[in-house]
Amino acid sequence: MQLGRVARIVLGAITLVVLALIYLPLGVVFLNSISTSESLSWPPPGFTLEWWGRALHSTGALEALGTSVVVGAIASAIALVLGTLAAMALSRYRFFGKETVNLLIVLPIALPGIVTGIALNNAFRTLMGVDLAMWTLVVAHATFCIVTVYNNAFARLNASGTRLEEASMDLGAGLFTTFRLVTFPHLKSALMAGGLLAFALSFDEIIVTTFTAGTGVTTLPLWILQNMFRPSQAPVVAVIAVILAVVSVIPLAIAQRLTAKDAEAVSR
Amino acid sequence: MTSHRVSTYLAPRRRLQLASLLTAPVLWLGLVYIVALAALLVTAFWTVDELTGQVQIEWTTENVVEVFTEALYRTVTLRTLGIALLVTLIDIAVAVPVAFFMAKVAGTRLRHLLVIAVLAPLWASYLVKVYAWRALLSSDGLIEWAASPFGGSTPGYGLVGVVLTLSYLWLPYVIMPIYAGFDRVPDRLLEASADLGAQGWRTLVSVVLPMIRPAIIAGSIFAFSLSLGDYISTKIVGGATQMLGTLVYDNVGAANNLPLAAAISFIPIGIILVYLAAVRRTGALRSL
Repeated sequence: MQLGRVARIVLGAITLVVLALIYLPLGVVFLNSISTSESLSWPPPGFTLEWWGRALHSTGALEALGTSVVVGAIASAIALVLGTLAAMALSRYRFFGKETVNLLIVLPIALPGIVTGIALNNAFRTLMGVDLAMWTLVVAHATFCIVTVYNNAFARLNASGTRLEEASMDLGAGLFTTFRLVTFPHLKSALMAGGLLAFALSFDEIIVTTFTAGTGVTTLPLWILQNMFRPSQAPVVAVIAVILAVVSVIPLAIAQRLTAKDAEAVSR
Repeated sequence: MTSHRVSTYLAPRRRLQLASLLTAPVLWLGLVYIVALAALLVTAFWTVDELTGQVQIEWTTENVVEVFTEALYRTVTLRTLGIALLVTLIDIAVAVPVAFFMAKVAGTRLRHLLVIAVLAPLWASYLVKVYAWRALLSSDGLIEWAASPFGGSTPGYGLVGVVLTLSYLWLPYVIMPIYAGFDRVPDRLLEASADLGAQGWRTLVSVVLPMIRPAIIAGSIFAFSLSLGDYISTKIVGGATQMLGTLVYDNVGAANNLPLAAAISFIPIGIILVYLAAVRRTGALRSL
């Protein structure tokens, strides 16, 4: 686009300032993780590595991390299957009620988390009469994760069109063979990106989690909420947060590379 | 081979294919979500036994009438709506120039870096970010420290704190769809507009903005609906500020009055449904 030099510089400056503001609170969390102050007073009175040592030996945090990974993985797996099925149906077929199905998929994420939370809590305990446990949490998470997989898969299916699939069928491949050899390879990176997003969504969720996790099921956000306001634990929470933010760059970079490669392949 | 036989049987039967694709997701969402939601809304018409605190199936419209007539709920609804709209507007105003820079000005390498830089904070725990804002806003926090030499002070815990924190939390969710929207605008179109004599601003207003409107609306759904139901940030940085989310939470928890909580949930559900219906025509739901 024909943008003047000034416009480019102004836009770049705005972006820089916004990024700085995005990272400022995270920087404060980092400083808090090495500050000798147990409350979050500014400027930090001194520095220590004590909290990092304590965090790496905190069994509560490590167990919570394990629970979060398991819940996130199972919920994303369920969401991957259901989201892909729904995306195939909505992108490849015309039918009455399409908009309604679309709304049905979006609703669990569009409605406030607290409404979803108390609705599911009430359904599990009163309607079904079961105790909250790990599986109730997984079911709840899978429900609002479907939309991220669906959106990624649907966008890719729409962009790639049906020509290749039709060619495959014309050449005698059956439905399943066509899906395995034509549709799926095309869809793979979109599913990966959608699955990653679903995992991230589940990993960080606290509101629905509060209402659907059984006693003794502690995900990392629940652990953080329980420990955040304890004076001697607050800096340990900060350490965990820093580690998570740094580690998260790896899957993001992979997803980014995957989608960038695909975009190149499509435009070529 | 069985799968071959199934495939040959299904191939000419489009309806059956569709049914086998749709059954699982629609059953899951219908059974888990819609039934639960419907049950919750029905609960709004039940009562709580004052002695035992148990929910009783005794039909009444008392809760719903209370929610729709009492001034408290009107005030809180308006406040929540105001906060959600303000947060949405702030996020869009910040996201549009940043997303534009990422998609149309930055080179490929810088663009990938920026996408990661914007997305990475999403993985730092929501709670920790809210906690960071609690630290920033506190009376011996960074904002007070930076503002006091100039005679300013921290806004402290309250309405301003909630708006700042919520805008901060949802910003990446708003930047990403708008970035994707800008990315979908082909450069050729911008060149054509310039060739036809349009200045940069004219191109932006007449060509680019109409094309990214669905993306902006998609971003707004995140900021708006996430703000509308939030109660945790409000509890941590809002001081005594009440929002719809905190009212629902207090009624489920401390007050142990699920029917009243369910009746209050009618308000955000109604607002979101109206909002979704209004944006459905723009096709924004598909670019979420």
